[in-house]
Amino acid sequence: MKGRTMLTLQFVPYAEIMRLPEKERIDRLLGLAKENKIVLLEGKLRAEEEAELIKRTMEQITSSFKGVEISHVSLQQKEDVVFFRKVRSLLVNLLLGERQGFTIIGPASVVKEIKRDPDKIQLLTEDIKRKK
Amino acid sequence: MINIFKEFLNLFFKDLFQEKGSVRLGLYGSPNGGKTTLANKICKDWIGEEMGRTSKIAHETRQVQVKEQITIKRDTKELTFSLVDTPGIATKIDYEEFIKAGLPEAEAKTRAKEATKGVIDAIKWLDDMDCVIVVLDATKDPYTQVNITIIGNLDARKIPVLLVANKMDLKKADLKHVQSAFPQYDVIGISAKTGDGVEALYEKLFELRSKALKRKKEKR
Repeated sequence: MKGRTMLTLQFVPYAEIMRLPEKERIDRLLGLAKENKIVLLEGKLRAEEEAELIKRTMEQITSSFKGVEISHVSLQQKEDVVFFRKVRSLLVNLLLGERQGFTIIGPASVVKEIKRDPDKIQLLTEDIKRKK
Repeated sequence: MINIFKEFLNLFFKDLFQEKGSVRLGLYGSPNGGKTTLANKICKDWIGEEMGRTSKIAHETRQVQVKEQITIKRDTKELTFSLVDTPGIATKIDYEEFIKAGLPEAEAKTRAKEATKGVIDAIKWLDDMDCVIVVLDATKDPYTQVNITIIGNLDARKIPVLLVANKMDLKKADLKHVQSAFPQYDVIGISAKTGDGVEALYEKLFELRSKALKRKKEKR
């Protein structure tokens, strides 16, 4: 395995964390990142939850855990999507939270940078950077 | 009858002072965006003294700093506010980056520890702000998660916000890029270092104050 790096992507369905109280929700996501896993969360955290995630990340920073990289990728609906579908998704977001797109949370020691582009997302990891 | 008259006087003076009332204006943003440089420019212009130290090494401001009673005068108008300069908000802090920037290891570790506390304090202070200037580095990609989180939290709290694209004196600065990232917000291009655009920012602060006072009134 010399010269190879194992990256673990952990998918977290929205329904799985929605059941948890806010504090446990954040702890669950942060816990996975601290295990050096890249979290793919279905949907999006609320702005207040994002702030809480940053706060709790800062509380746990040590010389080995240096924080996280976060990015949300929204799957934009096309302009011609019929009106009622937009209203329906707005209502669903309002009642159940934003489930569209996905959020990437990666440990800073593995994910150096997340670059967004309309059609793709790039994770720049430690090894990739070194090769450049 | 006397009570009604007293109540009327109370309301009259309350409203009068509220319109002229002082607001708490926060400076928020990522580290090294130029928040303290802007705070220094504002303080120098209106109270003749600087607010804090600046550095090329990130997280120079690690404690929330407040300057009370800054009064800006424009023609016949006056605006008094408390200026709150906050530590830069980040999702990661690596002491090794500070070593790379030239700090000794012990100092780098202390700086990292203080910086994490600074980020937490900056987030906690969000609830105490009446209005906020988000200072963005116009030479960098504005669409970062930290900027989105800050703006999203201000929006969720209905705190009036003004976006400032700083470092417009640098060649790489791209005001249009910042404006296109946040089309629903006012974005002003400035250079806190040279002072370019800061006069326009002062004008905008009067609008921001009005929105802040309106919000305060609605909250009561």
